[in-house]
Amino acid sequence: MKELTIAAVIENIDAVTDFVNEQLESYDCPMKAQMQIDIVIDEIFGNISHYAYTPAVGDATIRVEVAEDPLCATITFIDSGVPYDPLAKADPDTTLSADEREIGGLGIFMVKKSMDEVTYEYKDGQNILTIKKSLK
Amino acid sequence: MTIEKTLNGSELNIAIVGRLDTTTAPQLEATLKESFDGITKLTLDFAALEYLSSAGLRVLLAAQKTMNKQGEMIIKNVNETINEIFEVTGFIDILTIE
Repeated sequence: MKELTIAAVIENIDAVTDFVNEQLESYDCPMKAQMQIDIVIDEIFGNISHYAYTPAVGDATIRVEVAEDPLCATITFIDSGVPYDPLAKADPDTTLSADEREIGGLGIFMVKKSMDEVTYEYKDGQNILTIKKSLK
Repeated sequence: MTIEKTLNGSELNIAIVGRLDTTTAPQLEATLKESFDGITKLTLDFAALEYLSSAGLRVLLAAQKTMNKQGEMIIKNVNETINEIFEVTGFIDILTIE
């Protein structure tokens, strides 16, 4: 298990992405799963950066664990900002036309659709969002 | 991310190189905003776009809404990862993908 604690600001998205990719590098991760994980980091760390501590700045911790048989990555995003359960939000209606579409809610929807498991808990003053992705 | 703009009369071609995400989407949004005037055909070339996140989708949706009023918008050279994102989010029905 490896962990990175870093200021939750959007300028650090690249640093978080690099950190996670480093942990996955030696596992010969499929290109597509890798890209989906990169998108998830953008969505989740981006959300934490925008909303968790606004207008102040706080830290977020990103934990990466890889299980080998079957190959699966578990990535946990932890912040101590305002309690927020992104999974409580209703999925956007993906059948609406461009003019009827509302901006928002798409990010977490993409996370749910591209990962194998997404769980949220609020514990000891912390938002803990965990995603699991098979790397087979 | 880099943006390559080619203007031909009222037709604008924009090629996006790299990733369209939280950090880079505002850059595309700004480029589009200053370019929309008088454009009747907007072509977005995704040949060198690796992937996009919801921040990118938001910019595409706003661009589509603007172009619905003044002409057409076409997206070309969409890779498999991006096409799947368009499918999952229903954007495949909103956008014109060539």
